[in-house]
Amino acid sequence: MTGLLKDIGLSHDLAVLIAKTIGVFVVGGFGLLWTLLGIWLERKWAGRFQDRIGPNRVGPFGLIQTVADTIKILLKEDIMKQGIDRWVFNLAPILSVVAVILIWAVVPFSPAWIGTDLNIGVLYLLAVGAFGTIAVIMAGWGSNNKFALLAAFRAVAQLVSYEVPMVLALLVPVLLSGSMSTQEIVRQQHIWYVFAVPLTVLIFLISSQAETGRGPFDLLEAESELVSGFHIEYSGIKFGMFYVAEFLHAFTAGVLTAILFLGGWRGPFAEDVPVLGFLYLMIKGLFVYWVLVWVRMTLPRVRIDHLLDFNWKFLVPVGLINLLVVALVWKLIPGTDQINSTADALVPTLVLLLVNVAMILVIGALLAERGRRERARIQARVAGTDLPAEALASAAD
Amino acid sequence: MDLNQWIFIGLFFALGWTLPALPIVLGKLLAPRRPNPTKLQAYECGVEMVGSAWTQFRAQYYIFALVFVIFDVELVFLFPWALAYNQLGLFALFEMAVFIFLLVVALVYTWRKGALRWA
Repeated sequence: MTGLLKDIGLSHDLAVLIAKTIGVFVVGGFGLLWTLLGIWLERKWAGRFQDRIGPNRVGPFGLIQTVADTIKILLKEDIMKQGIDRWVFNLAPILSVVAVILIWAVVPFSPAWIGTDLNIGVLYLLAVGAFGTIAVIMAGWGSNNKFALLAAFRAVAQLVSYEVPMVLALLVPVLLSGSMSTQEIVRQQHIWYVFAVPLTVLIFLISSQAETGRGPFDLLEAESELVSGFHIEYSGIKFGMFYVAEFLHAFTAGVLTAILFLGGWRGPFAEDVPVLGFLYLMIKGLFVYWVLVWVRMTLPRVRIDHLLDFNWKFLVPVGLINLLVVALVWKLIPGTDQINSTADALVPTLVLLLVNVAMILVIGALLAERGRRERARIQARVAGTDLPAEALASAAD
Repeated sequence: MDLNQWIFIGLFFALGWTLPALPIVLGKLLAPRRPNPTKLQAYECGVEMVGSAWTQFRAQYYIFALVFVIFDVELVFLFPWALAYNQLGLFALFEMAVFIFLLVVALVYTWRKGALRWA
C-alpha cells in the first residue's frame, strides 16, 4: 500500500500517513458495520435461549431489523431536559463508543493485518478500556437524575472493582509470552494458553462480563430498580450510541479472550493466507461472545453486596494466588524462557494444566465446604422456628 | 517507526470521535424538536423531582474507589515484572511474592476492618 502510493510520486511520510488513514477507516468502519450484523445475531441468540424466535419480520430472517431500528432511533426526538450538565451529558455517549473503537487499533487480525503493533499493547487495552467507565460516570452525573446518579456510583463500585481481577488475569499471558504486544502474544501461543491456564481464562471471562456491565452484572442499568440506570435521560441517537457501545464492548471482550488465550488468528494455513487468520479470529471471538451471551441470558442479576464480595473476597485473592502459582511453576519447568515450537510448549502446558486443575479442585472444595457450613447454620436456626428455610436465608444475609 | 505507531493511534483517536459524533449530528438534523415543560422534567417515575440530584452520597463508594487505587498502582508495578520474568531469576519471584504479600496484608486489613462489607 505504502509502496503503491510512493510510486505515484508522494513523499515517504505522506504515503505512510495516507496508508495509515485508510487503515484506520477500514478497521474502524469494520467495527461499526459489524455492529449492525452483530446486534441481529445477539437478538437471535437471546431469542433462542428464551425459547423465542427472535427478530424475523424485517428482511430475510429479520436480517435488516437493526438497520430499521437505527433509522427509527435517528428520527426520534433528542430530549435535552432541564438542569443537565450539557457538556458532560453530550460527551458521554461519544466517549463510550470511543473507548471500544480504540481497542480495535491493536487487534491482530492476521500475521500481517494489525492496526498498529504497539509494544505495550496490553497496557493500551486497559488504558482505553477505562474510558468506558468514565463515560458511564459522566452520563450518570451529567443527567442530574437520582436514578442515573445511583448508577454512576455503582459504576465506581463495580466497573472499577472488577478491573483488578481482570488485570491480574491479563498479567498471565504477558508473563507466559514475555511480551505486551498483542501480535507477539498470539505468535507465542504454539499451544493455546487456554489449555495451560484455564483458571485465568475463567477469571478473565467473569471480570470482562462485569466490565461490560451485562447480566448477571448489569447493576448499572437494572431496569427493575434503577429504571434503566445511567442512560435513563438519554433518548434518540444518543441512547443508540450507548447501545452500540455496549454491544461492541461485549463482542470485543470475546475477541480479546480469543487473542490472549485462544491463539488469536492461529489455525491451519493462517500464516500463508491472511484471510483465513481473520476468519479464525472471528470464529473464536464469536464463540466466546456466544458463551458470554449464554451466561447473560441464563443467570439472574446479582445483588450489589454479593457482587462486591464476589470480587474482593473471592476473585482478587484467587487472581493473586493464581498469578504467583503460575509464575512459580513457570520458573521451575526448565526451558520455558525459550519456546519456539509446539514441541517446546508441550511439557510446560501439561504441567501448568495439571496445576490449574488442582487449583480449581481445591477452590471448588473450599467453596463446597463453605456452602455446607452456611446451610447447616441456617438449618440450626430453622429448627426452633416455624419459618421456611428460605425466609431465614434471606434474613441472614 | 515507533512514532509512526503513535500517529496511527492518533488517527484512530480522531476517527473514534468522529464515528459516533456523526450520527449524533445527523440526528440533530433529522429528528424533530418539540420541547414542552413537562417533557423537560427529570424522569422520576411520574413524581416531581425534589431538589437537585447533585447531593451528598454515601461514603461507601469512596472506600471501594480507594481500595481500587491501592491495587491498581500495585498492578502497574506487576506489568514490568511479568514482562521481564523470563529473563529474571527465581529471586524475582520471591521479591514479587513479598511485594504482593504486603498488599494482601492491606486487603486483609480492609476486610477485617469491615470496609468491604456493604452495610
